[in-house]
Amino acid sequence: MKCSEFLQELTNYLDGVMDERTKAELEDHLAWCHNCYVVCDTTKKTIEIYRDSQLYELPEDLRGRLRAAIMAKCQRKKAGPQSV
Amino acid sequence: MNAIQPRVGEPVIPEMELVQAAKRGDVAAFEDLVRRYDRNVFRIAQHITQNREDAEDVVQDAFLKAYENLEQFQGQSKFYTWLVRIAVNEALMKLRKRRPERTVSLDEEVKTEDDSLPREVADWSPNPEQQYTQAELRDILTRTIQGLPPGFRTVFVLRDVEGLSTEETAEALDLSIPAVKSRLLRARLQLRERLSRYFQKRESGDGNK
Repeated sequence: MKCSEFLQELTNYLDGVMDERTKAELEDHLAWCHNCYVVCDTTKKTIEIYRDSQLYELPEDLRGRLRAAIMAKCQRKKAGPQSV
Repeated sequence: MNAIQPRVGEPVIPEMELVQAAKRGDVAAFEDLVRRYDRNVFRIAQHITQNREDAEDVVQDAFLKAYENLEQFQGQSKFYTWLVRIAVNEALMKLRKRRPERTVSLDEEVKTEDDSLPREVADWSPNPEQQYTQAELRDILTRTIQGLPPGFRTVFVLRDVEGLSTEETAEALDLSIPAVKSRLLRARLQLRERLSRYFQKRESGDGNK
């Protein structure tokens, strides 16, 4: 397996969606190709860091204001077009 | 690797029951749906628009549009996937308004050569994120993901941050499954490479504060 072939399969490998034979081939490649091992490992870390980063959490006060605004508009819609 | 789980609250009432009740005019049931997914919609919107005010507008507009069009939701997909689709479209419209000089589309031309092949491969320090304060790390992660084209950024956020499946992401973005997979690979590799600037092992041994 070439490095480029490994990379093409990297997403499936990290997502755990591949047959056992392909997985064994990839892991065989990983065992001797240090570059691909590093790319695989640090890509996995990249995903984990973003997943756990809590970027853009919605603050509770803003959350409450947004929900109140949404629900007020929904109530107006429910009341019918004549009241809009 | 463990499967990536969506960051949504534990559902108490099944989603479809809430949707059915909301369709019958139960506004409180719709409010439950808002509570269930507002944080997710806000994150997605802010990742796409890169602007807090726009993200606030997108949350309101997306839920209102969902409410107005509930009748059209037939339940073939999850409500959440349908909602994400609405939110992504609203967010892209905001982005286009802000950047009229640039075409913003999920279908934008993306290079198909091996442009994502890693050029230099430097290993990272163990626990690289611990080299930085929380504020520094947040800044690094924000700037790094903002550098990706919207089409890559959106796929990465839906798949890897929000935990949608490949099929759900394809449906939410109106892309084919191969297109989602290809963009996800490129997004992951580009982010990895950009983060390497901050996280790679330092030769002088000062990598671990």
